[in-house]
Amino acid sequence: MIETALTWGDLAFLAKGAGMTLAVTAISVAAGTVLGVICGVIRFQLGPYWSAPLTFVLDVFRSVPLLIQLVLGNAFQSIAKLGWPPFTTSCVVLSLYTAAYCTEIVRGGMSSVPVTTRRAARSLGMTWWQDMRYIVAPLATRVSLPAWIGLALSVMKDSALVLWLGLIELLRASQILVTRLQEPLLILMICGAIYFIISFPIARLGGYLEKRWSPND
Amino acid sequence: MFSYTFQWKQALKALPQMLDGALVTLQIALLSMAIGLVIAIILTLFRMSGNRILSGFATAWVEIARNTPALFQIYMAHFGLGSFGIHLSPFTSLLVGIVFNNAGYLAENFRGALKAIPDTQTRAGRSLGMSSLQAFRLIVMPQMLRIAFLPVTNQMVWAILMTSLGVTVGMNTDLTGVTQDLNARSFRTFEFFAIAAVIYYVIAKAVTLAARAFASRMFRY
Repeated sequence: MIETALTWGDLAFLAKGAGMTLAVTAISVAAGTVLGVICGVIRFQLGPYWSAPLTFVLDVFRSVPLLIQLVLGNAFQSIAKLGWPPFTTSCVVLSLYTAAYCTEIVRGGMSSVPVTTRRAARSLGMTWWQDMRYIVAPLATRVSLPAWIGLALSVMKDSALVLWLGLIELLRASQILVTRLQEPLLILMICGAIYFIISFPIARLGGYLEKRWSPND
Repeated sequence: MFSYTFQWKQALKALPQMLDGALVTLQIALLSMAIGLVIAIILTLFRMSGNRILSGFATAWVEIARNTPALFQIYMAHFGLGSFGIHLSPFTSLLVGIVFNNAGYLAENFRGALKAIPDTQTRAGRSLGMSSLQAFRLIVMPQMLRIAFLPVTNQMVWAILMTSLGVTVGMNTDLTGVTQDLNARSFRTFEFFAIAAVIYYVIAKAVTLAARAFASRMFRY
């Protein structure tokens, strides 16, 4: 086989990095989705005029590089003397970043629910909340889920950037190994393979759901 | 809570330097989009060719580009290629990384667009005596680019945001690189990066608006 100085301990180190990547992703996607659903509903219900400030703020999160957002978030927490560790800062920034994209997905899903269907629900005596829960939520989820899976995966990939704040996630872990062992190609390929193994099956699932659930078929 | 004094004056003095950096950023983004588009069209052709090896190559490219982080792709260009004795400058490795990423995403967009173009059009072209490449170039491609215009614009914005990753491989001439340099000298992190964020926002918005104006002129009918 290939001649290498890589030991099992190093592989465990990489696995720990991958665990950190997944932890950051899971927390950010969960928090970002909750926030995104709230913002999406607000944006949809208020209409373009009244939700303009919210739209602008969320747009900023989508038009500024994540790296800059992370640096700004970190600088802000030290200025405000919040004393957050890099892990918290990363999760907060990534959550807001996720929420900005999730809002668009939620809004798109909600606008795909025909207005007539919602009016019918209200005419039957359902409250706004019931209409949301039993009519809009199931229909919108069908439309939004494939896009949401895509978002979760892109956050997983973008979470590589938290290495800039000193968090040892998968890519940073492999970089440390590269510096020590001087075998960049092999180690980076293992790192890439791990990302691919996490991402590819889920991406395929998203593609399958999209095909399966698309309204025109 | 806020005992910190902001030093905006000092940061604003560096604005010309940062705007020069913004130009480099825009240059990389445009260059990577141009090369990425060409490669994406070639990859699309490969996928349509029916040749196992060619379409396998294209699929592998697209899947790797879409399922690994952009930062990983840049690292691969910068550190990974070193194993083959190819040592790229930060500028080149950043460009190579973004081009690889762009080409993959654009090829996938084109594939979606192709689904909207009926097969019968190619066949009509072929029966009028066009070669298959002619039919693709004259009939399918213009429609494909038109349908994919919005996703391509989005990818352009992504390319601009991705250029910020250059700083991780030692790039110091683009907007993020310049900002990081200034930051390392003065430790006014928040001020400098806030200005950089504003510049990035303006660039991204300008590109989106320009693309929208272009589309409404070009695709009127």
